[in-house]
Formats: sequence, structure tokens, C-alpha cells
Amino acid sequence: MKYLQGEYPIIHKQALAKDVYSFVILCPEIAQLACPGQFVHILPKGFGLRRPISIAGIDKQAGTLRIVFIIKRQGTQTIAGLNQGDYLDMIGPLGHGFTLLPEAQHVILVGGGIGVPPMLPLAAYYGEKATAVSGFRTFQQVILQEDLETCKARTICCTEDGSAGAVKGFVTTPLEQLLSEGADAVFACGPIPMLKAVAEVCMRNQTYCEVSLEERMACGVGACLGCACKIKKDHQEEFLHVCKNGPVFKAEEVCW
Amino acid sequence: MADLSVNICGIDFKNPIIPASGVFGYGREYEEFYSLSELGGIATKGTTRTKRTGNSAPRIAETPAGMLNSVGLQNPGIDYFIQHELPNLMTKNTVILANIAGSTPEECAEVARKLDATDVHMIELNISCPNVKQGGAAFGTSCQMAEQVTAAVRKAAKKPLIVKLSPNVTSITEIAKSVEAAGADAVSLINTLLGMRIDIHTRRPVLRNNVGGLSGAGIFPVAVRMVWQTANAVNIPVIGMGGVTSGEDAIELMMAGASAVQVGMAVFTDPYAPVKIIRQMNDFLDENKISSVREIIGTVQPW
Repeated sequence: MKYLQGEYPIIHKQALAKDVYSFVILCPEIAQLACPGQFVHILPKGFGLRRPISIAGIDKQAGTLRIVFIIKRQGTQTIAGLNQGDYLDMIGPLGHGFTLLPEAQHVILVGGGIGVPPMLPLAAYYGEKATAVSGFRTFQQVILQEDLETCKARTICCTEDGSAGAVKGFVTTPLEQLLSEGADAVFACGPIPMLKAVAEVCMRNQTYCEVSLEERMACGVGACLGCACKIKKDHQEEFLHVCKNGPVFKAEEVCW
Repeated sequence: MADLSVNICGIDFKNPIIPASGVFGYGREYEEFYSLSELGGIATKGTTRTKRTGNSAPRIAETPAGMLNSVGLQNPGIDYFIQHELPNLMTKNTVILANIAGSTPEECAEVARKLDATDVHMIELNISCPNVKQGGAAFGTSCQMAEQVTAAVRKAAKKPLIVKLSPNVTSITEIAKSVEAAGADAVSLINTLLGMRIDIHTRRPVLRNNVGGLSGAGIFPVAVRMVWQTANAVNIPVIGMGGVTSGEDAIELMMAGASAVQVGMAVFTDPYAPVKIIRQMNDFLDENKISSVREIIGTVQPW
């Protein structure tokens, strides 16, 4: 694996929802190597630790990556303050991404909130073979539905309060329905309770499932062992690391 | 081009910059950025007699000008290290400091004995890890325990022995003198300062271990003070560390008395920090017409 670090220009910035921003970054070397499910590690100016942000779009021809992120605290606030033409100090591409299944006939992409962005590169790969189930609390938080449709994925939008989308409630309701119709795999990213519920539904339906995890991170490359997550392999639980072994893991191996 | 080489306990370093234990793993990840031969040395991840799984997450919390960590010495154990990591490291044309830890003096001695039979250049005994329940800082905060564990390791290994000291003590000089008397060839300091953060919304500590070690730029003045005090108290070399982020910081720590400098958290901010620091040190020496970095060691002129 080769890691690249540099300062790369933001060539497009867009506000998608309250506190949610989309950047397109010109970084041909990183874009060339990037795969769905990987992340970039961005240094907000003046901070000591980088912020891991998932890749939401890969355009190898244009040499660009897209990221979509939400302002959580000061670090992401600082990054969101950057504008088109500004440079981002970035390491990437990092981590182990989603498994790509060229033979698959139907895959389900489940994104919750700010877990929806990493589903986009998968939608681009699977196209009309993908059904993207996205969950949000309310209509103001709905993002990226048109982008998923542009990839030819079928979209099912859920809101907890029913203020937008076809489904009122959680992503697991349409997921159960879709799985009963048959799917080769489920790929998911979002809050832990959602991922846990998705993993359980997939387990019950005996469908292969991969989830993308998040953890407080320092180095981003697997050296410091900070971003530990408990994974079960060969009946043994051990701490693996989100940055290097993940962020994508087989759902059945995650110790929730 | 100034002469950056230093010699510590008979071991030649091409320059005084060493990524600190815990930030650099066993070197493999950073080799994807640059050649490890550019570094003066590498202090490897703290390794114990048997595999350790470490603490539960979150293990990391950012702080103003620094960070807390509570990794808890996760490592694959000394046999794995010697078999699968050390042979690779020994080909990198840089000095390898094998950092070791243990719950008892006997465990530390056993690990050191195994390393003594390898080609590793130096052993760095960690008596200051704040994130494990037994051993760790308990060794480093009592003169008697520090002396006992150092003596046990000294007896087990002939390799140059560096003892890494905890700053979480009333008098660092007393501990330093104890390990010197017990046979340490050098001391390295400072390990992290014990700290804590609380999420005021959940009223839970940010770290799953409740407390953790504070590192980063914020602790640099503490490091300078302790290196200065220690260098004036012992006759063995001092390796300085704690919040170094620039060549100027490294020069400052050497003026305080350090013979070499380890770089910790700065590697997370910028993976290239160690090689940039080497370049910046050289620039400082050239600009000030100092021919060798050795000329600045311990040259602070206190008021």
C-alpha cells in the first residue's frame, strides 16, 4: 500500500444541508488509487490531529475526489470554512474499502445520515443493480438522493418523522422487504445502532453484509493503534483498527 | 551541511531524531511515506512478554495543543516482534531502539534477555506507561521500584539500556539517579503526563480508560524543564522528548541537555515531521555557523 500526503485544491464547494458540505478536491494521484469505502485524513489548520472523512466520489479521469461531511466540532468547522481555491492538507487514500462484487445482480446500500456519502461510490459501481436505502431524522437532513439516482441506483428514502421520503421510520423496514425479494450483499454505513440492526436483519436473512465503522483516530495509517474496534475472527475477539483493518468490516465479525 | 551525527552509549546515530515509541508502530506504515534510513533511529512500539490486546475504545481524545491516549500497550508480544518485525527493521540502516514493558521486573528481564540475543542496537525500558494497571507507571513513580526493575533488566541484557521515565513524579532527578545507580546506560524522557477529559453532555470520560497520557506541543515546556534538570543530575546521556514539533524545538531540547530527541504526536499531524525536523535542525546549525550538532548539547546558560 502506498500513502500519499499533500496539499490539494478544493475546486468545488457546496452546502447540502444544515452543517453538511460537499467538496470536490483535485488530487489525481490519490483519486487514481482510491476505492469505494476508503477515506482521506484531513488536517484542519491549527489542529494537531487529522479528521478522517469518507470518500463520497471518485473520478479517476478528472483526477478528483468528492467528500461530504458534517460539522461536528471545531475541527470540521475549520475545514468547512475553506472555500473553492483553498488547499486541503490531506493523506489518502486510506483504509480497507468495500468488497466489489462484479457478479452481483442486486446489492443494497444502506446509509444513515452522514453515513450516506460513502454509499455513492458503490452506487456508481453497481448502477442499476443497487438499491440505496437512506435514513434521516427529518427532511432537513436529507442529502444525496439525486446523486444516487444519477448513478442509476433505485433510491428509498426514510425519515424518522415521515417528513420526507417514501418511508416513515427506520431503514430496517424497507431492508427486510428487499431482502425477502433477494439480494447478493448489503453494504452499510451510519450510526452504530443502525449498523447493528442492519447486521441482525442480514444475519437473519443469511445475506452477506459489510459495515463501515468510525472511531476516534490519530495516525490514520495503522501505526498508533488508537482507533480500536473489537472484531471476532476464528472465535477469538481482538482489537483491530478502523484506519487500517477497516473502516469496512464483515458485519458478522463485528462485536457490537 | 552541518554534522548531525551523535553517539549515545557507543551507538552512532546519523542524526539525533528518533520517532518515539507508540507513534511509529514497527515502522512499516511510515515506510510508505519515506525511507526509514533518513531517521537517526526508531523507538519501536512497547512490546511485552506475551501479546496484549490493549484497552477498549475510545483510546484517543484531542486536547488544546495535544492529545490524550490510552492504547494500553497493545502489541503482539516479544516472540512475534523478534521473528516477524525485527529482521525487517534491522535492514533499514537506522538505529533500532526496542521499547519493552512488563508487569513485573521478571517479565521485563525475560523480554530483555530475548532481545539481547538479537541484533537490535538498544533496549528502551518503559517504566512509565500510564495506561496499564500493573507495572508501567507504578515502576516509574517510585525510586525503589525503578531501581529494582532497572537492575533486573541490566542483569538480563548487555545491550545499551535506556530507561524511559515518567513525568508524573515529584522529583524526576531522584528517579533518574536511581536508574543510573541500577545500571541504566541512558534515560529518555518525558513519557506522557496523566490527563483526563469529560464529555459534559454524557458526563462520561472521553477515554474508555477514564484517564490517559497527554502528549503534544502543550507538554513541551515540561519536557524542556525535566530534561534540563535530569541532564544536570546524572552522568549518563539523556534522550529528550515531549511535544517536539519543529527543528527549533529539537535544538532547544538539546540545549537543555538532550543528546538525541524523540518525536511523538507530531508524526500524527504530519507523517513527514521527523524528516522535516532533521532538515530544520540542519538549517539552524548552518545559519548559525555551528559545524556539529554535538556542540549545542547542554549549552543553555541559565540565569
